[in-house]
Amino acid sequence: MDSSIALILTQDGIVNGAVYVLLALALVLVFTVTRIIFIPQGEFVAFSALTLAMLENGRFPGTVWLVLAGGLAVCAMEAGALVARHDWRYRARVLGWNLVYPFALWALASLVDWRGAGQLARIAFTLALVVPLGPMMFRVFFQPIASAPVLVLLIVAVAVHVALVGLGLWMFGAEGYRTLPLWDENFLVGPLRIPGQAIWVVGASLALIVLLAQFFSRTIYGKALRATAVNRNGARLMGISPNLAGRLTLMLAAAIGAISGILVSPITTIYYDTGFLIGLKGFVAAIIGGLAAYPAAAAGALLVGLLESFSSFWASAYKEVIVFTLIIPVLFWRSLRTHHVEEEEE
Amino acid sequence: METKKRIILGLALALGWTMAAQAQVKVGVTVSATGPAASLGIPEKNTVEMLPKEMAGQKIEYLVLDDASDTTTAVNNTRKFITEDKVDLVMGSSITPNALAMIDVVAEAKVPMISFAAGDKVISPVDEKRHWVFKTPQSDRMMTEAIVEHMVANGVKTVGFIGYSDAYGESWYQSFSEAAAAKGLKLVVNERYNRTDTSVTGQVLKIVGAKPDAVLIAGSGTPAALPQKTLKERGYPGKIYQTHGVVNPDFLRVCGRDCEGTFLPSSPVVVAPQLPDSHPAKAAGVEYFQLYESKYGKGSVTQFGSYVWDAGKLFAAALPEALTKAKPGTPEFRAALRDAIEHLKEVPAANGVYTMSPTDHLGLDHRARVMLRIESGQWKYIP
Repeated sequence: MDSSIALILTQDGIVNGAVYVLLALALVLVFTVTRIIFIPQGEFVAFSALTLAMLENGRFPGTVWLVLAGGLAVCAMEAGALVARHDWRYRARVLGWNLVYPFALWALASLVDWRGAGQLARIAFTLALVVPLGPMMFRVFFQPIASAPVLVLLIVAVAVHVALVGLGLWMFGAEGYRTLPLWDENFLVGPLRIPGQAIWVVGASLALIVLLAQFFSRTIYGKALRATAVNRNGARLMGISPNLAGRLTLMLAAAIGAISGILVSPITTIYYDTGFLIGLKGFVAAIIGGLAAYPAAAAGALLVGLLESFSSFWASAYKEVIVFTLIIPVLFWRSLRTHHVEEEEE
Repeated sequence: METKKRIILGLALALGWTMAAQAQVKVGVTVSATGPAASLGIPEKNTVEMLPKEMAGQKIEYLVLDDASDTTTAVNNTRKFITEDKVDLVMGSSITPNALAMIDVVAEAKVPMISFAAGDKVISPVDEKRHWVFKTPQSDRMMTEAIVEHMVANGVKTVGFIGYSDAYGESWYQSFSEAAAAKGLKLVVNERYNRTDTSVTGQVLKIVGAKPDAVLIAGSGTPAALPQKTLKERGYPGKIYQTHGVVNPDFLRVCGRDCEGTFLPSSPVVVAPQLPDSHPAKAAGVEYFQLYESKYGKGSVTQFGSYVWDAGKLFAAALPEALTKAKPGTPEFRAALRDAIEHLKEVPAANGVYTMSPTDHLGLDHRARVMLRIESGQWKYIP
């Protein structure tokens, strides 16, 4: 192994790591605000990449049906709640987002010739399709059991993940897709050949991290989420709705996942079930951050990316083993460092 | 009292009538139409719908179940076929682990089975249990021999190998390294990757560093495109070989320009219209090719579906003899059907010519494989 190979491997590790950083941040965010260990995070990655690929190939994206079904389910659940409470104030908003909006997407998907539209228009439409799945998922699956123990939330999260993978096969088929790169240039720096798309991935990840930091420190919604993460009951007493916080969190998680999917799909082939493994590596990174610390999670994600890249050079057959074994010393170290806190049962 | 008797008589008559109507041949098919092997199972399921519904004056009923690429489900499906539906023949499943698990079930119930899974272990050695089991796909060894022969004929001396880090990659490595050693090819580098990997840069750097004359990528379907794209990206100048596991239109779509000039072995059915008229698999292959394309669109033919088609051919060829021995639905008929399949000689089908024997339950020879080259996004037959 010479220095040029080490450089190429480092570059590869950083590009992969940049995506794991985003997913790790989303996992930490969802866990701190809602206590859900968010297994379906990877599905947003796969669904957005595949939706974009469908649009590029001029095929009707199955995600539209998912948004329609999700919207109808939310409407039905909200209707039940509204009738019980005789509270009709939010009917226009509920119907607007969960009935009118999905049908508008459906109309757009069938009427517009997406193959002829620009790449940016397709990306915008993909985001418009995938991001609402987050809040819908929270409303349908997690809001009714928001105060359940972490274990129950985890089990539901696993169930949602399994269901979504099955739906993914049905919507997109078994074969993988690659999307068109945003930037098809290559740059030669010494022995390195840096593809434009890799610059996009790293740049967009950094930009997203800065944006998230700004959102949490400067906006009222961001502060509300932070307050909920610190103390759920305290935040509630201050008038922060845990349901709103949950919906907002999952919307952010879906947006981060969808953007990650759009970023990686030109450099790798995405399958309906790719999301799980990418999400799992983000999860290893989030564990390194103790599911609570953002900078540690980000550093962990880069570590996972680099470790993966170098182990694929030295011992390719054991790559996954090496990456996932990383979690054992980390857990050991964490368990020595922090004293055990009994989980609060409500 | 009188009414009651009448009702009983009526019921008995009705029951007898339905029993008579059921005197037909039943075939239970389990395929992996969902799960990781879905790209194999879906064309197989499509092909079942094209099999003849009437043969040798008998109505044939096909019962199709999906086993979701899962071994337990495949076994449960097989049990259901045998105990509830009383089938005369079991077909399936798409992948080797499932087919291996089904052997015990069919052997215990003494029902013949034709597998669409490629693994050699499904049919060899033909022991007491495998007595009941046949398969239609070419074995990996036939394909590796084709690759090695082509490499030697084209002046390749050193080879690099990259395959899945699971049983699939391992079994390819085994059979390829044996075949290569026999012909004096030197295997200089052996790398592994996962179907779901997002990057194989590390492995490819190592291969490029070892400078082999050719690289064999042992993957299946679209995941086999990733090493090839990375090899091209890193400027690998040598020949690239893929296996017959990549023969589907999606692989060409994902791999695009980077796959131009790739060599691969395959079943003749994929290029049936390009074969010379003298090729024994041409007629059956073209028949299947045209039927499938007319139903599922141009460029949709894969060899996976043709395994089902050929299972149908074997069944059709064996059925008349079995019918002379016993009535469908009886244990005697199932045994007779098994014997008839084992006695088949020179049955031309889409994948080649099948000649079964008590020691060979595959029955294919070198006529069952051809070498292809990818040219302008198409499979091209190289004579």
